[in-house]
Amino acid sequence: MLSYAATDGPDWNTLGDYSENLIEIHDLKYSRGHRAIFDGLNLTIKRGEITALMGPSGTGKTTLLRLITRQLIPEQGAIFVDGIDISTLNQTELYQLRQRFGMLFQNGALLTDLSVFENVAFPLREHTKLSNRLIRHIVLTKLHAVGLRGAADMMPAQLSGGMARRVALARAMVMDPEILIYDEPFVGLDPISLGVIVRLVRRLNDALGITSIVVSHDVEEIATVADCSFLLSDGKVAASGSPDELRTANSELVRQFMHGMADGPVAFHYQAPGYEEQLLGRDIE
Amino acid sequence: MTRVLRDIRNNLLEFVRTFGAFQLFFLRLLRHSPAILSTRFGLVIKQVYNTGAQSLVIIMVCGLFVGAVLALQAYSNMAIFNAEDWTGVAAHLALVKELGPVMTAILFAARAGTALTSEIGLMKATDQLSAMEMMAVNPVRRELVPRFLGGVIAMPFLAAIFSATGMFGAHIVGVELFQVDVGSFWQQIQLIGESADVNEGIIKSVVFGFAASVIAVWEGYNAMPTAEGVGRATTRTVVITAISILVFDFMITAALI
Amino acid sequence: MRQTRSVEIGTGLFVLLGMSSLFFLTTQTTGGDDFKAESVYTVEARFENIGSLRTRAPVTISGVTIGRVTEVSFDPVSLEAVVHFVVDAKYDQIPDDSDASILTSGILGSQYIGLQAGGSDMYLEDGSEILFTQSAIVLENLIGKFLVNAGSGDKESD
Repeated sequence: MLSYAATDGPDWNTLGDYSENLIEIHDLKYSRGHRAIFDGLNLTIKRGEITALMGPSGTGKTTLLRLITRQLIPEQGAIFVDGIDISTLNQTELYQLRQRFGMLFQNGALLTDLSVFENVAFPLREHTKLSNRLIRHIVLTKLHAVGLRGAADMMPAQLSGGMARRVALARAMVMDPEILIYDEPFVGLDPISLGVIVRLVRRLNDALGITSIVVSHDVEEIATVADCSFLLSDGKVAASGSPDELRTANSELVRQFMHGMADGPVAFHYQAPGYEEQLLGRDIE
Repeated sequence: MTRVLRDIRNNLLEFVRTFGAFQLFFLRLLRHSPAILSTRFGLVIKQVYNTGAQSLVIIMVCGLFVGAVLALQAYSNMAIFNAEDWTGVAAHLALVKELGPVMTAILFAARAGTALTSEIGLMKATDQLSAMEMMAVNPVRRELVPRFLGGVIAMPFLAAIFSATGMFGAHIVGVELFQVDVGSFWQQIQLIGESADVNEGIIKSVVFGFAASVIAVWEGYNAMPTAEGVGRATTRTVVITAISILVFDFMITAALI
Repeated sequence: MRQTRSVEIGTGLFVLLGMSSLFFLTTQTTGGDDFKAESVYTVEARFENIGSLRTRAPVTISGVTIGRVTEVSFDPVSLEAVVHFVVDAKYDQIPDDSDASILTSGILGSQYIGLQAGGSDMYLEDGSEILFTQSAIVLENLIGKFLVNAGSGDKESD
């Protein structure tokens, strides 16, 4: 395993006696139907960093996010968040823990029947008894941070994909979470929106001193933003380290993924009987 | 042969499992209901509006014509016995005891039930329910329970409105068209109609309200999170609601006789 | 904010409509006066038995509806049923010795008051009482009498 040294960790990292690892996953097993998604996965995410989870489609990156936030329950293994084994929590404790998370879904997942303003205000209205004035203040601040203060009165249906994702980001951070999770934040964006999101991820992480987890397979974007990357394959971590380290790694799989080669350990062809055999077999029939 | 038997057994087991899960889901909705009613009544009001007020047009138009056709049928048959005065009674009893609650429930499934299912299904398909989970908000409590309660509250009112507009339709046909004496028309209803008839209708519409709402919400919540899955779920809502309404109708009628 | 307001108004209207429908169904009061006449006068009649005559039953003369029953009560002194009915004021020349009978329309039909014109020169007016009345024919009594007669007839033929 490649080692990684913190470059410019926030100074609160040295305060208190908590461990450097915010999330630890030990020997995780999870399967859907008969297919094992994770089989003995070990992974640690450090405080204050941007961690990227990469991997070919279907390796269960999104599933891993859902496991970390206990929207799914693993068959075996333990997940520790800030030293707490999340499988031991009851509903109330789980919801308390989740308030420390903010999650950005692939398509934004804005509530369609609420305006942009109300979407961002939603967690505040649900969890706090703040006055309307204060809520307005907080929401506008967060919307300003993503550059969409002007869109406060629009409905989600009127937003473009990039805007919706930025609103969702404002919503994800409105409760000032400690951990921000991004599920495929770069997919399907035009280059300008993409640049905006990439910069926002970096800026939020550094300015707010939070921990970020980014799921993506956009190697280029990840390289510019992540401190540490994990490459998942076959239910395990295939490689880890900084993007540059991954790029120069000599594992065949890592090379194939990082350089986008069609064939390699991850076969171009889905499992099938022999090509000639099948074609000829048809003919004879 | 054994494979066929095994398939049957598995299907049966799956059916029983789904049915059990459905019951548990219903209990879950009920368990959260008092809290939502007392603390988040605004959410319920919004759903009463969506399911009730938005269904008024279809309910009233259908009610008017059902009442009118009942009066037509009753008049033409009663006239044989020279008992045209009974036109109103026939329409009244048919509406209040049977057609009001049953037709309303089926129209509700078609208009409001499908809307509930597709709304919830789409919320699921677009990760809105997951997003709520992640914001530490229980989506069952925040989105499903108010919709369920909205339907439960709206149904008895809708059924009453259906029957009342139906009587208006019967009045138009009986009194205005066939010149049945207006006094006899209403006097007979007061004479024959009992409060038990109206109560039977109310009991039915309350039961149907629970059934139709919980089915619509359940189908939405368990829809496959794809466009096709949501479409299928809305169809299932109408089919399952219609069947269970008619079964319940038979059982309640039998129990009250 | 405007949106919530319209939702609240819509819901309020819906619930009010539902409640008034329910009230209407339980009481069967058709709103307003369904007997259309510009002015009316009230007449009283006493019967031994009114059968199932109720308020709003029609009052007819020669088969034409001219009025409507407005009140049915029981006089504990004379032990009679007292029926008040209104008659359209344009029929102001009905002899005061006309008789009133309670009739049934058809076999199963509802009951109504039929007036049979008399020969007096004086006319019915507001507050007058019809003296000649004939009670409702109660089907059960009629059948009872018929059975008794038939029974005794059978015995004789034996």
